[in-house]
Amino acid sequence: MTDEAHPRSAFGAPPQGGAASGPAKPVPRRPLGVQQSLGPVLTVLGALGVVWYAAATWLNAPQVIERVLSDRPGWGLADLLPLTWSMERPVLPAPHQIALDMWRSTVDWPLNSPRSLLFHTGVTAASTLLGFVMGTLLGLGLAVAIVHSRTLDRSLFPWIIASQTVPVLAIAPIVIVALGSMGFTGVFPKSVIAMYLCFFPVTVAMVKGLRSPGVMELELMHTYAASASHTFWKLRVPASLPFLFPSLRVGIAAALVGAIVAELPTGAQAGLGARLLTGSYYGNTVQIWSALVMAALLGLVLTGAVAAADKWLTPGGRK
Amino acid sequence: MSLLGWALPGQPWRWAFFALLLVLTVLAVVSLRRLSALDPKGWQVRFATPLLFGFWVLLFWELLTQGYDVPKVLLPAPTVVWASLLQGAPTLLGDFQQTVLHSVLIGLALGSGLGFVVGVLIDRSPFLQRGLLPVAALASTVPLVGVAPIMVMWFGFDWHSKAAVVVVMTFFPMLVNTLAGLAASGHMERDLMRSYGAGYWRTLFSLRIPMALPFIFNALKINSTLALIGAIVAEFFGSPVSGLGFRISTEAARLNMGLVWAAIVVAAVAGSLLYAALEWVERRSTFWHPSIRMG
Repeated sequence: MTDEAHPRSAFGAPPQGGAASGPAKPVPRRPLGVQQSLGPVLTVLGALGVVWYAAATWLNAPQVIERVLSDRPGWGLADLLPLTWSMERPVLPAPHQIALDMWRSTVDWPLNSPRSLLFHTGVTAASTLLGFVMGTLLGLGLAVAIVHSRTLDRSLFPWIIASQTVPVLAIAPIVIVALGSMGFTGVFPKSVIAMYLCFFPVTVAMVKGLRSPGVMELELMHTYAASASHTFWKLRVPASLPFLFPSLRVGIAAALVGAIVAELPTGAQAGLGARLLTGSYYGNTVQIWSALVMAALLGLVLTGAVAAADKWLTPGGRK
Repeated sequence: MSLLGWALPGQPWRWAFFALLLVLTVLAVVSLRRLSALDPKGWQVRFATPLLFGFWVLLFWELLTQGYDVPKVLLPAPTVVWASLLQGAPTLLGDFQQTVLHSVLIGLALGSGLGFVVGVLIDRSPFLQRGLLPVAALASTVPLVGVAPIMVMWFGFDWHSKAAVVVVMTFFPMLVNTLAGLAASGHMERDLMRSYGAGYWRTLFSLRIPMALPFIFNALKINSTLALIGAIVAEFFGSPVSGLGFRISTEAARLNMGLVWAAIVVAAVAGSLLYAALEWVERRSTFWHPSIRMG
């Protein structure tokens, strides 16, 4: 589980417990330096940009021709290109339009204005982080309880594994409505949704991690006359750290999805999800795209922070 | 048996209700402890313990919601959900068709198929792999489900837009797993194939794709959950008058929580069945793999 690019833990997919899926198969690791892959990545991104501009022209051309160019006989490609890349409400906005919109909506407005994109990002980030902290604590607590109680292990753990096959995100509207009827609104209901998306991967990985010490190590602790709490803190916890951080990465990405989706069903006033929703109501495509890019950046920053914490905290320094 | 409001203050049967709860709690704890102390070798014991746990959870859920007369908006009792499930069966069947049979299955097939084909194609180019794998890893940290409003705008309100969201969400997991799976066959096996005079395609179909199957099924299982989430969430952004996500969001807005919970039960059952079906096919097609041979 030390591989950062481990396919089993990527993509919001929980690192699956042994009972529900096949065994962890070793993934052949190709050591890639940053320098080695920088060129190819830039090439791929560059190609993507070219394709994007071409697609913007192709998708927006019909509207441009119909509205602007139809009464201008003898127009050519040189007239068409700039027009398709600067439409008010394009089918597909060009990348520079999105960048410009993001720049304007972050710089031109004060941070507490609902027209500032950073304001909405902050709202979503707040409920993501609160949900992440609650979910991690809940996940850790459950994992410790499951490792120490045979009853919970046999009766509760199978349900936690099985629930990974179920679209738990569908409960989001219920949580919003139920907590709303109890008088909770704002950040808290959203972070509850982020929490319950986040705790599954943490629990499953930590149960695995706390159990990872073998019979040899456990017996060694036994010969030292170590108490249960000593075995836990000196052996199980350090052994579980390599399992913890990949699951936290999955967990924080899941928490972000939860926070964004939680902003949809109630027509929330603030947050990136609300921004996506209002954009889709008013057909403001540039706003949708800039909210989407912002959500992507937020995801990268949050998982990057977890990865940095991993480098800092894991003894021996994983590479 | 209706216990509606028994536990509320001032009710004559209040103490009887508490006594009942106490007895049942003791019973639940004792029965679960004894069952989990049994030898877990047999499949009966392995299944019985979680099932019993589920039974106790449902029973307490029913008793507490009825005893305290919890408002249905907060949490409907399991029997209420069951009644709405039966009553709303025709509606939910239509939603199931719309969401699962159209959006999820078609999107899952297209997205996973595309990921597989692209994986096989770029497997021959280390340059493209180095360029695409980091991008795919980044895509896993991005809330891709946010493309839903764009897809709704492009492909309309019907299931086509939901299937498109599912394609976007399922493409990268399959791509990454296909690449990892194609690299799973060792040099020994490949050299053996070459010594048999097998060309690229022969090696691909006889050695490398079979070796990649465990990875591919892993991706399919991840994707089956992602696909359901994608389809349901995309329906929150607008859909015709059916679909599980549509049902959940509109009935929640009307505070008809029985039907909302019933729709969630349908989604959960659909997700589990899809997963179980994939697992069954995996066991059939990778019977040679050590993890399955050992049983």
